[in-house]
Amino acid sequence: MSRIAYILRRLLQMIPTALGVTILVFFLIHLIPGDPARAFLGPHATASLVNAFDKRWGLNQSLPVQYWLFLSRLVRGDLGTSFFYQLPVTTLIMQRIGCTLLLLLYATVFTIAITVPLALIAATKRDSLRDHIIRGIPLVGLGMPTFWVGIMLILTLGLKLQLFPVGGYGNGLLDHLWSMVLPGLTVAFAISPMTIRSLRASMLGILESDFVTTARSKGIPERRVIGIHAMRNAVIPAITVLSLNIGWLVGGSVVIEQVFALPGLGELMFEGIFNRDFAVVQGVTLVFAVLIILVYLATDIVYSFVDPRVRLT
Amino acid sequence: MTQAVRASAPTLGEETRAIAVRPWYRIPTLVIGLGLAVAIAGLALLAPVLTPYNPTMQNLNQILLPPSSAHLLGTDQLGKDVWAELLYGARVDLQIAFIAMLLPLVLGTTFGLLSGYFGGVVDAVVMRAVEVIVAFPVYVLIIAFVFVLGPGATSIYIAITLVSWVSYARISRGEMLVAKTQEYVLAARSAGLSNVRIIGRHILPNTVTQSIVFATSDVVLNLLMIVTLGYLGLGIPPPSPDWGRMIYQGQSFLTTNWQLSTIPGVAVVIVGLALSLIGDGLADLLRRE
Repeated sequence: MSRIAYILRRLLQMIPTALGVTILVFFLIHLIPGDPARAFLGPHATASLVNAFDKRWGLNQSLPVQYWLFLSRLVRGDLGTSFFYQLPVTTLIMQRIGCTLLLLLYATVFTIAITVPLALIAATKRDSLRDHIIRGIPLVGLGMPTFWVGIMLILTLGLKLQLFPVGGYGNGLLDHLWSMVLPGLTVAFAISPMTIRSLRASMLGILESDFVTTARSKGIPERRVIGIHAMRNAVIPAITVLSLNIGWLVGGSVVIEQVFALPGLGELMFEGIFNRDFAVVQGVTLVFAVLIILVYLATDIVYSFVDPRVRLT
Repeated sequence: MTQAVRASAPTLGEETRAIAVRPWYRIPTLVIGLGLAVAIAGLALLAPVLTPYNPTMQNLNQILLPPSSAHLLGTDQLGKDVWAELLYGARVDLQIAFIAMLLPLVLGTTFGLLSGYFGGVVDAVVMRAVEVIVAFPVYVLIIAFVFVLGPGATSIYIAITLVSWVSYARISRGEMLVAKTQEYVLAARSAGLSNVRIIGRHILPNTVTQSIVFATSDVVLNLLMIVTLGYLGLGIPPPSPDWGRMIYQGQSFLTTNWQLSTIPGVAVVIVGLALSLIGDGLADLLRRE
């Protein structure tokens, strides 16, 4: 009961942020310097075309009215219509979202698989050689552009070793699963320097805390102290680190879809950009923000299960 | 020398001693980082001396040449000298990455300090704005901003400012919440100093260090953003050379001329390394524990 109340309360707390997000996305079109209609339709657009554009976007009405219309369409799940495809933006997004979600799943799994062991190896022997080497990873890794990491993986694992497909999404589920390995790995490589550093720091805090000292002084073998006592408590910082970096993970995926020619939301966004298809860019931006807000919410809910210290009242 | 300082000043507080013990040139990360940064800046500034080629000049008789004594890093698909493009590209990209850090630093620090100091409505407004920006993936928001503003350096400055002030605001607010309860601030308040004077003259110098340390990694983030935009075709428009666009154009020749995409990426990594080292070193220097 109290957990349901907690989740409901968290949902309510999301409302101001969600409203803010819609306001920002709504105002994107008003950031266009000069007349948006002219900017989109070009200098040779006829007056009737400009009028039609203004009408379509409600630009001939006052700002609050425009925002209200935008919001009421949004509540009904209407993100507008794509100029280019002449299809509802929601339809386009639904067609592409699977690919992006699969990429995010791969990236998350790979990030955990890289981060947790390395952070653990570093933290269990502070200031040893292995710790120093692992602490050196962020120095080099943080400066690597995600898309460049992707190209380097294409070059080495794809073209030279021919281990993985170098681009595309393939046909059928098995192809999809296989073609996502390199993109997922790329995003994980790009984000791991940040997650390793944060998780190492959290692990150090845990390994130096009283309950670990107690466990050791009771004569429990070190392997068990770290494997059972410390690891259980490291789950929470691991979730925190992942959720704090979800923005980078999603952002990295958007760019990586371009590198590997994957038909996901990122690609849809860039198509929108190059077709000057405003509704599409707006819609995808909004969907990404909603995705991240939901991840934050999910993180809090997971905390409430994993960490008994989270108070539900 | 250090020992002497320590011995002769036993009454110095912990803070002062920490600084006296480690002057900046005794922090290896800082020295190596600064050395690298000076070298990189030198290469960019001396570009006209270091290469006889014009980075925008095409020579279709000499395309896709491998590295040689005439063309240190070879030529690209339009016969442009890659070493020249790299050096001149550094001028463009690094300058924008650095300048784009300044306004967010000032704005974010100001908002964060005010938010932490006054609390209440100011805090609520600033923190809601931060939450909204943080709800977007950074890349997506910047790409969307650059899209609506049109390509070019000005758009990049505006987009980065709109997004990256939040990091500084969060850092400064946190620092302010700690500083606010400390005795020197309480003393300044009870002495009847104005809020402007307390924040500007007393708190700012004590809280700004964290923001400055972050600023070094922020320049790296800006550089990554700029080359990413360049790669995606939304960056500095040609003919101005840009590392991101170099990587993009090289991608078509990966099987035959892999160095075209690899080299500019390595350049970004080296710049990132230099700035990360400086950041770590500064954090060491300014740590007061």
